[in-house]
Amino acid sequence: MPTTRRQFLNFAGGMTVAGTIPIVTLRPIEATPAMLNAAIRNVVGEAQLRTGRIKLDIPPLVENGNTVPMTVSVASPMTADDHVKSIHVFNEKNPQPNIGNFYFSLFSGRAQVSTRIRLADTQKVVAIARLSDDTFWQVASEIVVTLAACTEELN
Amino acid sequence: MAALINVPSKARRGEIIEIRTLTSHIMETGFRHTADGTLVPRDIITGFVCRYNGAEIFRADLFPAIAANPYLSFFTVAKESGKFEFEWIGDNGYSSTASASITVG
Amino acid sequence: MISWRAIAAILLVTGPALLAGEIPPDARRSGYAFMGPDTRAMQDDDTANPGMLFVLDGEQLWKKTTGAADKACADCHGDARSSMKGIAARYPAFDKALGRPVTLDQRINLCRADHQQATPLPYESRDLLALSAFVGHQSRGIPITAGDDPQVKPFVDQGRALFMQREGQLNLACTNCHDDNFGKRLAGAPITQGQPTGYPLYRLEWQTLGSIERRLRSCMTGVRAQAYDYGSPELVALQLYLMSRARGLPMETPAVRP
Repeated sequence: MPTTRRQFLNFAGGMTVAGTIPIVTLRPIEATPAMLNAAIRNVVGEAQLRTGRIKLDIPPLVENGNTVPMTVSVASPMTADDHVKSIHVFNEKNPQPNIGNFYFSLFSGRAQVSTRIRLADTQKVVAIARLSDDTFWQVASEIVVTLAACTEELN
Repeated sequence: MAALINVPSKARRGEIIEIRTLTSHIMETGFRHTADGTLVPRDIITGFVCRYNGAEIFRADLFPAIAANPYLSFFTVAKESGKFEFEWIGDNGYSSTASASITVG
Repeated sequence: MISWRAIAAILLVTGPALLAGEIPPDARRSGYAFMGPDTRAMQDDDTANPGMLFVLDGEQLWKKTTGAADKACADCHGDARSSMKGIAARYPAFDKALGRPVTLDQRINLCRADHQQATPLPYESRDLLALSAFVGHQSRGIPITAGDDPQVKPFVDQGRALFMQREGQLNLACTNCHDDNFGKRLAGAPITQGQPTGYPLYRLEWQTLGSIERRLRSCMTGVRAQAYDYGSPELVALQLYLMSRARGLPMETPAVRP
């Protein structure tokens, strides 16, 4: 086999760059932090946003940004006096800042939801919980989206 | 279109049970272009609701950032035997339903 | 500093006596072994595996009459759980009338033409993927034996030659990545051995089910080569060689891959 390791790495690098270009040029305008803030304010209003109580589970390094497993939860007794009304999830760099709104009930038993999301790039994901006393609690997580090799051209 | 629903067939009264749903949908974001530059129109599921013997127990608003073939897992308290009904609605008049039953003893 | 050539020489002296570019049977590993825990979990649980949505659709199609003959697959083959068990593990298989191997997709379309008098389903169409996923699913856990039939030997050899042949602007052969460099990373993703254990499979990148031919074609685009057409003799031969190369690995259809 005449291939040297250096040549192989050069090929690999070339493939990555070539494979990346069409994705970058075709990607629409990213959601800006201002859009993210506006989307959050749309849900929270003028209420104070506190950090804590809510937990966001996403693999820190995802294998493909097109399908990323995510679980959001709040440790809550889910009683009439003390429960989670809703959870709202946002992103920083997709074309649009919203990911999903999830509404619980007194029959929920546990304030936890799992789904699969799309992340266009390495970015921050923010989850906010609205509690029965109308306080808002947030958590943010930096997610690294790895670039796959030999992906299909966008069509 | 197929949907996969996972609800335990039996549960003890008061037990907290997990409900998992997976449904077929392309979730076209409305942000992609074809090779000739035409925008592919948005076609997504925008809403999901689960009812337990008629009462809403969980609801979701979905956006283009939800992956194709939407998966949702959530919880409820098994309070009585009966039926779970699931409903997905979306762009272009999309509507789909599924159901599952449970025996609570 | 030890030169790369010297390392290669050491490997040649101490390694097992294998042809260059061949993975010994006990070192063969499914793409499953190269993925992270979250993607594995998605494949392991049938109610979380989106590929199962296609299997469900395929089960409906299996029972549905179609074509001028107004016959369903089930009218000839009965219960797929017994009649289709192990079938996908033997495909591509030799077709006596055509004198060449055919893929499972091609077999489904031959059945449609000959027995249902129906039009062929296009490659990568939802219905064809659903039917082949449903049939493939009946072989889950069964070791691959495709390529054992002596009649397909020349086609396995053709596929092996294609696998070893450099192509495209990057001048790379399949073997350069999938025999010589598996386990390393290319961009952010691990390089697998390219074992076709779970097709048609749900690829997170595609966000849908796809055939091995779709995967082979994206590899070819990756090395900047002109991809062979769906159903071409080259893709069938490559698929046959890959299956024979995966001999003994259990089928996983519908697998989930990143």
